[in-house]
Amino acid sequence: MQRDLVKQLLYDMLLARHFEQAAAEQYQQGRIGGFLHLYPGEEAVAVGSLRAADPGDYVVTTYREHVHALVRGTPPEAVMAELFGRSGGCCGGYGGSMHLFDAQRRFLGGYAIVGETFPVAIGAAYWLAMNEEPDCVLCYFGDGAVNQGTFHESLNMAALWRLPVLFICENNHYQIGTEIHRHSAVVEVHKRACAYAMEGRRVDGMDVLAVYKATREALHHVRNGNGPYLLECDTYRYRGHSMADADAYRSAMEVAELKGRDPISLLRKRIREEGWLDSDECAALDAAARRVVADAVSFAEQSPPPEDLHAHVHARPLDLYSGAAR
Amino acid sequence: MGHIEPVTPRPELKMWEALNLALDRAMAEDDAVFILGEDVGLYGGSYRVTQGLYAKYGEWRVRDAPISENSFTGLGVGAALVGGRPVIEIMTVNFAYLALDAIINMAAKIRYMSGGQFRVPLVVRMPGGVARQLAAQHSQRIEHALLNVPGLRIVCPATPQDAYWQLRQAIHEDDPIIFMEHELLYFDSGPFDPGAAPPPLHSGRILRDGKDVTLVAWSRMSRLALTAAEELGEEGIEAEVIDLRSLRPLDLPLLLESLRRTHRVLVVEEDCLFGGAGAEIAATLGERGFYELETPVGRLAGADVPTPYNDRLEAESIPQVSTIKARIRDLLKA
Repeated sequence: MQRDLVKQLLYDMLLARHFEQAAAEQYQQGRIGGFLHLYPGEEAVAVGSLRAADPGDYVVTTYREHVHALVRGTPPEAVMAELFGRSGGCCGGYGGSMHLFDAQRRFLGGYAIVGETFPVAIGAAYWLAMNEEPDCVLCYFGDGAVNQGTFHESLNMAALWRLPVLFICENNHYQIGTEIHRHSAVVEVHKRACAYAMEGRRVDGMDVLAVYKATREALHHVRNGNGPYLLECDTYRYRGHSMADADAYRSAMEVAELKGRDPISLLRKRIREEGWLDSDECAALDAAARRVVADAVSFAEQSPPPEDLHAHVHARPLDLYSGAAR
Repeated sequence: MGHIEPVTPRPELKMWEALNLALDRAMAEDDAVFILGEDVGLYGGSYRVTQGLYAKYGEWRVRDAPISENSFTGLGVGAALVGGRPVIEIMTVNFAYLALDAIINMAAKIRYMSGGQFRVPLVVRMPGGVARQLAAQHSQRIEHALLNVPGLRIVCPATPQDAYWQLRQAIHEDDPIIFMEHELLYFDSGPFDPGAAPPPLHSGRILRDGKDVTLVAWSRMSRLALTAAEELGEEGIEAEVIDLRSLRPLDLPLLLESLRRTHRVLVVEEDCLFGGAGAEIAATLGERGFYELETPVGRLAGADVPTPYNDRLEAESIPQVSTIKARIRDLLKA
């Protein structure tokens, strides 16, 4: 079990790293437009936590969510095609990088207004609790979101009604260019849980096994009717906030130091020490991930653009100037 | 409060009673329907609309929310995505401004952004309008702020019969619908016939036939327009009165049909003049009904001021029967 899990976690992180690298290249070549927020450095958070979840659990996440969708099982080609804005994308090219959705996998979306994941998550959890269903909701957000009103409003309601939500803070220490000590009076995000009589803890977000274990424990707590839980994952992003970010607000030394705790390198080191996989197996996983990403890019390139501007605005086509026809 | 029952149908109901009955029936028919808002449960709703439902359906289906408009409206969005049919009550439209993120950025866009994968069957009820000396922060109209948002639908019933059916129809739809109520209409009575077939959710209605001018209004202003038209009838002026019942979509065919009879239109709007729904209606009639118009489409609307507390100034800030009549007389002279 441990071996298979480790293999999966390593593959997921390699896929994530290569996918985001390819996305950056495609953006630079002008094939991906708009805003593009990449995940290198933070892989252990999405990978460790989502692999600890059950297929029936709902996921609500932010605009830095390509990896969450990939780990959840959305086909890489559908994610890449969405970044390209093509009809083969997981949202048909209507959503884009920041708005990935996958109904089949209970992936309730990427939200690009900071702090929106909280109310969506408690809404899904309210429905689950009301119907006494066994599933949970995993709600992702960055450290920048915890000063938004919805964080407090929603954590209060989640605790008040004991809703099955696991709040997962991807604390990468930066709210775009503002470091956490400059945006938060209390920098230990998990400590805010006590304001709502909620359980909370911090985990090393560069250690995928630690994230996996902490998420299992937290979900066990949530699933057993003990109410919501706040899990803070201490992590770091290597790239700027988005591709548009010149990254001038932090030192190269800081970035280099954090890269020394790279989640993929840490897992590889542990694998060697424990003898879980040999180097050929690791190399094969890496090659497989690269292949999948290359195929995803080819698929996206060949996928046609969407055509119907007006599709999906309403449940049925609706002419704003002919109310009586309805 | 626990012993108070939901309303039972009678040939005449007050507006709040019709809404209560609609909610009760919708909840009885479909377990996916639940209500959430401030004081909707134990208290029974600040305008009694949810009276008796908490006792009947329990706290999960009639949930008293903390004062967190953005998050509890967003909760409705999240629940709608996964199978619920939430009816969110925002105590007054004034507080809905705090929930615009949930309404505009989320509810209105998720179906589209997801490429049609998710539906958002959400009704957000909100009473508004100028009531009695509630002052600037509690007397607003929100039509202008939501009219221009793709993905939303907006209905605004003015009678108990319409309130009942439009709420039932809105709860049945798979889109986010803003359900506007007027604070001064809740205790007005009107005929109620649950057996009468309801018109489509977004159709307008001719309240009074006339040949001289068409009055276009919605919500409480349609009642004032009707009174004005009846009084003008005694002066020999025959005004047709249309209650739009829906602002988005708009029943333009009905307006054009009336315009072809009267050739003159006055839009009566409680919301402020500048950039309001009346501007959309007037512009569209100008574009699509130009050759039928004897005079430019008139607009009588709220003054572009925050609502004053003083009662005389407050009355002066929105259309009244007397000012509607005066504008019609002017329009007919032109």
